[in-house]
Amino acid sequence: MQASCLLTLTWVMPLLSALALLAFPARSVAGVKRIALLANGINLALIAWLSAVFALHPPAAAPGSAETVLAFAADYAWFPAWHIRYHVGVDAISLAMMLLAAVVVFCATMASWNIQERNKEFFILLQVLAAGVFGSFIAFDLFAFFVFNELTLIPTYLLIGIFGSGRKEFAAMKLNLMLMGGSALILLGILGLYFESGIRSFDIIELSRIPFDKGFQLWAFPALFLGFAILGNMFPFHIWSPDGHASAPTAVSMFLAGVHMKLGSYGCLRIAMYLLPEGCRAWMDVFMALAAAGVVWGAVVAAKQKDLKYLNAYSSVSHCGLVFLGLAFLNTVGLRGAVMQMLAHGFITALVFCLIGMIYARTHTRLIPQMSGLTARMPFLAVSLVIAGFAALGLPGLAGFAAELNVFLGGFSAGSPLAVICSTLAVLSIVVTAVYVLRATNGILNGPGQTGADPAALTDAGWLEKIPVLILLACILAMGLMPGRLAALLDTALLPILNNLNR
Amino acid sequence: MGDTRLAAFAWEPMHCAAYGILLLPLLSFLINGLWLGRKSARASAWTATVLMGATAALSIIVASGYRDHILTAPHLFPARAALAFEHTWLDFSLGSGAVLSARLGFYLDPISVMMVLVISFISFLVNLYSIGYMKDDAGAGRFFPLLSFFSFTMLGLVVSSNLAQTFFFWELVGAASYLLIGFWYAKPSAVAASKKAFILTRLADAFFLMGLLAVGVNAGSFDFAHLNGPEAAAALNHSVGAGLVTFNLLSLGTLGIYMGAWGKSAMFPFHVWLPDAMEGPTPVSSLIHSATMVVAGVYLTARLYPLFSAAEYTLRVVECTGAFTAVFAAAIACAQTDLKRILAFSTLSQLGLMMSALGTGGGGEPGAAYTASMFHIFTHAFFKCLLFLSAGAVIHAIHSNDIREAGAGGLRKAMPRTYWATLIAVAAIAGIWPLSGFFSKEAILHAALANGRYGALAAGLCTGALTAFYMARYFFLIFHGSAVGSRAPHDSRATHAQEAHPVREGALMTLPILILAVPSALIGILGKGFFTGTVRLWGAEGGASAGVSESALPMRHASSGSWLPAVATVLALSGAGIAWYWYAFRKNGAAFPDRRAPAWYRILAEKFYIDEIYLFLAKRVASKWIAAPAEWTERNIVNGAFDWMTGAVKRLAFLQSIAQSGQVQAYIAVALLGIYLLFRFTGPGY
Repeated sequence: MQASCLLTLTWVMPLLSALALLAFPARSVAGVKRIALLANGINLALIAWLSAVFALHPPAAAPGSAETVLAFAADYAWFPAWHIRYHVGVDAISLAMMLLAAVVVFCATMASWNIQERNKEFFILLQVLAAGVFGSFIAFDLFAFFVFNELTLIPTYLLIGIFGSGRKEFAAMKLNLMLMGGSALILLGILGLYFESGIRSFDIIELSRIPFDKGFQLWAFPALFLGFAILGNMFPFHIWSPDGHASAPTAVSMFLAGVHMKLGSYGCLRIAMYLLPEGCRAWMDVFMALAAAGVVWGAVVAAKQKDLKYLNAYSSVSHCGLVFLGLAFLNTVGLRGAVMQMLAHGFITALVFCLIGMIYARTHTRLIPQMSGLTARMPFLAVSLVIAGFAALGLPGLAGFAAELNVFLGGFSAGSPLAVICSTLAVLSIVVTAVYVLRATNGILNGPGQTGADPAALTDAGWLEKIPVLILLACILAMGLMPGRLAALLDTALLPILNNLNR
Repeated sequence: MGDTRLAAFAWEPMHCAAYGILLLPLLSFLINGLWLGRKSARASAWTATVLMGATAALSIIVASGYRDHILTAPHLFPARAALAFEHTWLDFSLGSGAVLSARLGFYLDPISVMMVLVISFISFLVNLYSIGYMKDDAGAGRFFPLLSFFSFTMLGLVVSSNLAQTFFFWELVGAASYLLIGFWYAKPSAVAASKKAFILTRLADAFFLMGLLAVGVNAGSFDFAHLNGPEAAAALNHSVGAGLVTFNLLSLGTLGIYMGAWGKSAMFPFHVWLPDAMEGPTPVSSLIHSATMVVAGVYLTARLYPLFSAAEYTLRVVECTGAFTAVFAAAIACAQTDLKRILAFSTLSQLGLMMSALGTGGGGEPGAAYTASMFHIFTHAFFKCLLFLSAGAVIHAIHSNDIREAGAGGLRKAMPRTYWATLIAVAAIAGIWPLSGFFSKEAILHAALANGRYGALAAGLCTGALTAFYMARYFFLIFHGSAVGSRAPHDSRATHAQEAHPVREGALMTLPILILAVPSALIGILGKGFFTGTVRLWGAEGGASAGVSESALPMRHASSGSWLPAVATVLALSGAGIAWYWYAFRKNGAAFPDRRAPAWYRILAEKFYIDEIYLFLAKRVASKWIAAPAEWTERNIVNGAFDWMTGAVKRLAFLQSIAQSGQVQAYIAVALLGIYLLFRFTGPGY
């Protein structure tokens, strides 16, 4: 019972800190960011502790069971008249996402240390955004999930629209319109589930027991899946993300690509695929083809980008394609690969955006052709960027490979020709990934030229900046070198979903 | 421990030594990379060298333990193989209880033990050499951790117990070589070369990955012990696909895996990255070309040799790529003027020989083919490393890579030890009795003859003659050249540089050269017994277990090809003789083909324009015709859809805004109309 309160605390804490910041004098720039950092640090410690407890004593479902077993669960009536409940809990999948979110939020806070203008508002919005994401990952009631999910959209809009750069108003509007469109589809699906279930319930666990009518599944599944896939950055609905990232401030880019998008693919798995297995089986080939197209498309388009942020945004399209590809294979290895890829991409892309932000702060440009030879001036940032690049291109020993290998193996063992063709395309796209990663890293880090008029202004990262980089690097390395425990826990959590899919 | 797993071997000192072999280079990488390299380049150099020396010592413990406890106990270790240790990295459950396991293991069998010895020994010498070579380099503190990492990845690769581990370290080897080739990161050519090496090998690796996934999933295991057994070949030997597009899975899978080897070992047409890779510091080149990186491909093919033997088609591809590359690269090497580039093409050519030797194994003598290839890897590692290190000493002395400038300096007198060491290495690679290269090359030719692969035999003989020619040319131009007049402006610069830095042989750089000269000379005679005995037996049994029967186990070529060594030697001597006549005797030799520059010479000097073809494919086809249109489509059509939709909404809104005229009369009229309609259709009268 107490542990379940801790779980609730994960989203209450950021909200409380946002309230505290509201009351805080805006003059105290340092105080504001310290409060935010403190709250996020406590949250990170809390979630790390919960994860450790969970990993030591993982709850296990019966082998044939199709029912997700929750740890740290809490279940209270919220609007009894409509059977809306505050039902929270975690399994290995959501806890892994929580951990990712906590790490990225903490690092994003540190990466925003130098924000001066409207710094109080910035951190308030960031905390609200975090609260929405944490709440979404623990919610096992569709209504609560939806509320938390919507909670993330408003701060995203404001953070990009106010604190962004370039065409920030347009980017914020585009992002929000697309995501609202996704939300509309999600709402449609959720209401469909609610009324079709016959028990008028929003509870994911209860709904998973209901064998929905096939005709209903055939239209509800694509609505829900697509709604989440828009948020999850699936080709060709990814178009909000490159503009959004390019305009967003560093912390928001980190958060958006690292965590927020994962909410989409998480919803695809947790809600659309879990609750509507028949619709899933019927539609999955379509989404598999789209996912494979996205993997290749993102990589090819990234190869032509000159702006580092656009490059990483398209790289994200490609890597999120791998998430959906893993989901589409509908087997243990593939699904596990998808979840691991969410994590891996979350850490890697957060690190890359973090580094791009730090480099931009020094060179005042994000264009690859305008930079050269940064290694000599900022060795720490250069080495970090090279490792991040290697992780993105799937070098063994780093997180990306551990995840991708599962996805590819899922395709090769799925037993359908389409799956083999799609994973072949995905495997070939890693060559293109190598091309754009090396083009970018070589272009800005190596070479004889110098960047900007005053090389002396190009300093290496200070210790405060090194902390988020090192934390993210440690996560990438740990996941790449020792994925065994994580994978085993994910297997257990995926079993009910797979059992439901094969029912 | 299932039946496909090998019995783990527990002889404690050897067990610990096996861990040490992987951990010490890793430790060196971490200590130097994270801390010591930035504090003191010199301390980091010595730390790396000492740790690498310790690794070499440990590899001797492992080798002797292997000899005493495993080779002598065939009843316990029927395949002469054992696992020093094995840990699971990741398990993949494939449904219905089948589990595919990726593990980190230390596999002991004749070829892995041989490779561990070679890699650790050569890495140690290269480290020692680098202390002197990198002394004045500003980035020396960065160099030694990377060098240790390179050795670590290669050691991890050769001791792999399963394909997943091989791939894991395979990619890391690629990354390490990328970082080392591009070590001088401010030099555009080095940066370009490193990128080229990584991307080309990555392209090959994508096929490797697909091959290994297809093989692993269908054979049910990644373990070499299982894959090299008869069940795996049988399980894979069926058709997949439908209609006109059907493949034999065994051929397809092994071909995919071979593609990886193809790229890593730089067989034509993937060869273009290797000559450019010499942009890195010379010690790196010597490692890449002798013990690490490029031999990985040959090693992988040998590692899966029993499985490959069952796939006739793949074996033919191995043979053809190898034989073609051997001749092709040797021909190019004849017309190069850059010291290291000549050596790079000679590596390509020798790798081709090793590969073609493996490919000839489909005939009656799989064991002989296998032996020959491994033997040549072994001898080649020593004399090629020696060649690069002595070339490095020359470059270090004259500050130029140009073979014609080297000739101007009278290096023979200034660097006598380098002179004699180079002579030994050149004679060894040319296959002159009784130096090491003679024996391994002879074994390759014999294998081709015994297996009835006459194409590969002809390619081998031709390569031998060309090798002797270009290596003799290399040697005479550096040490006996006097083509002073032919390149006046450069010569003056070269001699000028020598005046500034008088040519001398540093002790730290000469020592490894002298040490390496010994195995380069003698390892052929000494190693012959090991290879024709132990290794051959392993290869023969492996071939037999995968379905290829061996007619007779004892060496058969004694009866069938006693003329071969004589022919090979005559060819080698005549090749060297021509080079001597042109480049040493006539004294204007350096200019001979260069001055007249006939068309065939230009084609050779330009490396058959393969690089230009690649450039065209990359810059024009891939970038201009594929990526650029895709980017345009993304910008204007995919994103355009959003703009179009928002535009449509705006236009709709404009239509509606016409109604918002701001005139109160109009509003009242509409309101009254609405009220009327409301009552008309909902009122009691309706």
